Amino acid sequence: MSERETIITVSHLVKKFGDFTANDDLNFEVYKGEIFGFLGANGAGKTTAIKILCGLSKPTSGNATIAGFDVYTQKDDIKNSIGYMSQKFSLYEDLTVTENIRFFAGIYGMTRKDIKIKTQQLLAKLELEDSAKKLIKDLPLGWRQKLAFSIAIVHSPKIVFLDEPTGGVDPITRRQFWNQIYEAAAEGVTVFVTTHYMDEAEYCDRVSIMVDGKIAALDTPQGLKQTFEAESMNEVFIKLARVAVNN
Amino acid sequence: MKHFKGFVIKEFYHIFRDRRTLAILFIMPIIQMLLFGYVVTNEIKDAKIGILDHSQDVVTRKITDKLASSGYFIITKVLSNETEIEDCFRKGTVKEVVVFEPDFAIKLERDNKASIHLIADASDANTANLIVNYTSAIVNDYVTKENKTVTIPMQIGIESRMLYNEELKGVYMFVPGTMALILILISALLTSVSIVREKELGTMEILLASPLRPLQIIIGKVMPYAVLSFVNVITILLLSNFVFGLPIQGSILLLLLECMLFIILSLSLGIFISTSTNSQQTAMMISMMGLMLPAIMLSGFIYPLENMPLILQWICHINPSTYFIIIVKNIMLKGLGIMSVWKETLVLLGMIVFFITMSVRKFKIRLE
Amino acid sequence: MQTVVVDNLSKCYKQAVALKNITFGVDAGEIFGFIGPDGAGKTSLFRILVTLLLPTDGTATVLGYDVVKDYKKIRNKVGYMPGKFSLYQDLTVEENLNFFATIFSTSIEENYHLIKDIYSQIEPFKKRRAGALSGGMKQKLALSCALIHKPEMLFLDEPTTGVDAVSRKEFWEMLKSLKNSGITIIVSTPYMDEASLCDRVALIQNGNILKINKPDVITTTFEKKILAIRSSNMHKLLSDLNSFEACDSAFLFGQTIHYTAKQNNLMMPELQNYLTGLNHLQVEINPIEANIEDCFMSLMNQAS
Repeated sequence: MSERETIITVSHLVKKFGDFTANDDLNFEVYKGEIFGFLGANGAGKTTAIKILCGLSKPTSGNATIAGFDVYTQKDDIKNSIGYMSQKFSLYEDLTVTENIRFFAGIYGMTRKDIKIKTQQLLAKLELEDSAKKLIKDLPLGWRQKLAFSIAIVHSPKIVFLDEPTGGVDPITRRQFWNQIYEAAAEGVTVFVTTHYMDEAEYCDRVSIMVDGKIAALDTPQGLKQTFEAESMNEVFIKLARVAVNN
Repeated sequence: MKHFKGFVIKEFYHIFRDRRTLAILFIMPIIQMLLFGYVVTNEIKDAKIGILDHSQDVVTRKITDKLASSGYFIITKVLSNETEIEDCFRKGTVKEVVVFEPDFAIKLERDNKASIHLIADASDANTANLIVNYTSAIVNDYVTKENKTVTIPMQIGIESRMLYNEELKGVYMFVPGTMALILILISALLTSVSIVREKELGTMEILLASPLRPLQIIIGKVMPYAVLSFVNVITILLLSNFVFGLPIQGSILLLLLECMLFIILSLSLGIFISTSTNSQQTAMMISMMGLMLPAIMLSGFIYPLENMPLILQWICHINPSTYFIIIVKNIMLKGLGIMSVWKETLVLLGMIVFFITMSVRKFKIRLE
Repeated sequence: MQTVVVDNLSKCYKQAVALKNITFGVDAGEIFGFIGPDGAGKTSLFRILVTLLLPTDGTATVLGYDVVKDYKKIRNKVGYMPGKFSLYQDLTVEENLNFFATIFSTSIEENYHLIKDIYSQIEPFKKRRAGALSGGMKQKLALSCALIHKPEMLFLDEPTTGVDAVSRKEFWEMLKSLKNSGITIIVSTPYMDEASLCDRVALIQNGNILKINKPDVITTTFEKKILAIRSSNMHKLLSDLNSFEACDSAFLFGQTIHYTAKQNNLMMPELQNYLTGLNHLQVEINPIEANIEDCFMSLMNQAS
């Protein structure tokens, strides 16, 4: 395999809240255009790490660069090079589809002309032309999530962070959503995703599993299953996280 | 009964663990009391006035002396003709000029009628209003006293259309008003917010699915705030007594009972608000705009009812604070008994019945 | 005996229809699961059964009581855990439990044996505020609170949503042992893989029940044959399969793609040739048994 371009580099990253160490010496790299699964039990420190990587919070010590920008000094550059979407907040429910697209494209400084073109493309791709003037709250959840993802990458970010993007979505829409992820990755967008669906972990190029603030394992799904002699990612996850519970 | 007690204990935990609620409960009343007491009082003290005496006789001098010795006025200017009046106001040296007509005493003797012209600096309308009222009061006081010795009643016409403030004790006026304001705010605002918070959190769902009855939920919610509001009443009365030197003239027991009545009314208003809204913000906005503002502006607290346009007067008459202020004034300041306030008391009672019925009716046993 | 009987139940809101004429029954002592995505109507159904909502049409009884007329009796006898974490965040673990015990006129001591297995895991943190608990612990506390009054039935609305795989596994183990103590449990979940942990499941979508049965019966009676296919380039494989003329459906499933064919005619040799013709490497094609998710998606497609 040839040398791949890294887009996220994290070394010896530590984040403490008082006595509590949320992230304990994290070390990993994410390559350009890969789908990187970021798994862990509730409270293992995933959210804390994502906040640091998005430039929303400063680490206690250690280094991290996102798209070549330093998390300590270049927060604004980081925010311009990433997209973010979560299950909890994605779109404004009381705005229409087009208004949401225009707003989010606008805050990333896209020109009015570009926004217009992008809006058309996006609506066509998602087959949402007829619903362009509908309020978000009147759309089915699945459509909303697909639209939210498209909007998260509307400004062509280098990396997109997806925090449990498919929670509660029906199985067919969930797969359509992953198709979107694949397409984005094929266009060179790096995808950093968290999920509680273990089958989705299999769709990732590489997966890291966090346990108690540390990265307990990082490999391809295939590699992890071999290492832990497991049939599925679910089994890998349970084997790893159970150790933590029993300690 | 046991589950009811558990509910009340839980409410107290919420209150004592939330610093904001605690601040609103215990610090705000004191601050408001001091604020209104020292800043927004209706009192005038050492107001500068001028005298233009065209008559210069015994009566006009007596009246001038009375004004000077009242403690409210300082005579800083004695004018000699009308042209100086405007000059005084322009320089701001006086707030009011008292003009006695020529041959004042003679006219009074001969016709039993004489007139005084009061000209006030109306750029500060409120103060002007007060000063004119005070001056008129002092002149009238003089007339009353003189009338005891003469057989034919004499009249001094005072040319000013300002209203007569019969209390003449602005310093005390703010206590009943502040009391109304604080009780409305704490009882209504905090209860409505605390009920709506349960809706927002989703805990109302569990409470409703439990065997608790709506009335138990309502009363359990209201009880702690009733107790704490009562503590506030005591604080206000102590403050007004020891800091502002205002004694309670009437029956303390009656006063406390009336306060309790008003607290219950405010609480039922709070519940009523909470049954009609689903977010803490809305509940807060309604309490602020719908209750607090009227309690200040439309209750006779700061602005006298009689000066208002008719429509606003009607609003005053459906505003519970208006009645409560009258009750407190009568008991606390005038030392009157229940006979003087029974009408107002009945109005408050009626309002309680109305709002509680409405709330229980509107409080749903289900989610929609 | 059936603990829940629902007959032709409908629920309409101003703008949307949440439940469309659904009918089902739940046997005493079973774990009955509602499996379906958000917006399927699960929460509306649960709220009707715990007497928080009125049905628009149809009838429902819980423990023999009508959900409209006898709501007070039902409220005394069931435990309910809403979908949103609904405990007082500013109260400690113990205070929360105590509160829910008292509003049902009981005490922690009286029913401690019921919650011992669950509560003992969070008891070391009983002085901690509920808001400061981790997701798994919150869930254990919520379950303890729903159990403290010794309900005859438990309604758990999406108890495992947003919870990690380990906590989910533990949670289902707790439900198993509760079931063994004789409590009927109705639970909803968007996770298809949890279906196999229920005695019977109802697959629900857009206010319709697509199917009700034992999970293994649903999967074994699935009439379509399924192939699990993989190659070195999964994304390309997916689009290639979708453009194969005999393809009925192709869905990603973990590391493989589940493929069904029109008229159930798999044409495996043709498929193999087709894929090799498109330069797919390391192609593996294996017939497999359907799982609940296969069934669900197939039923979804039929319904729409």
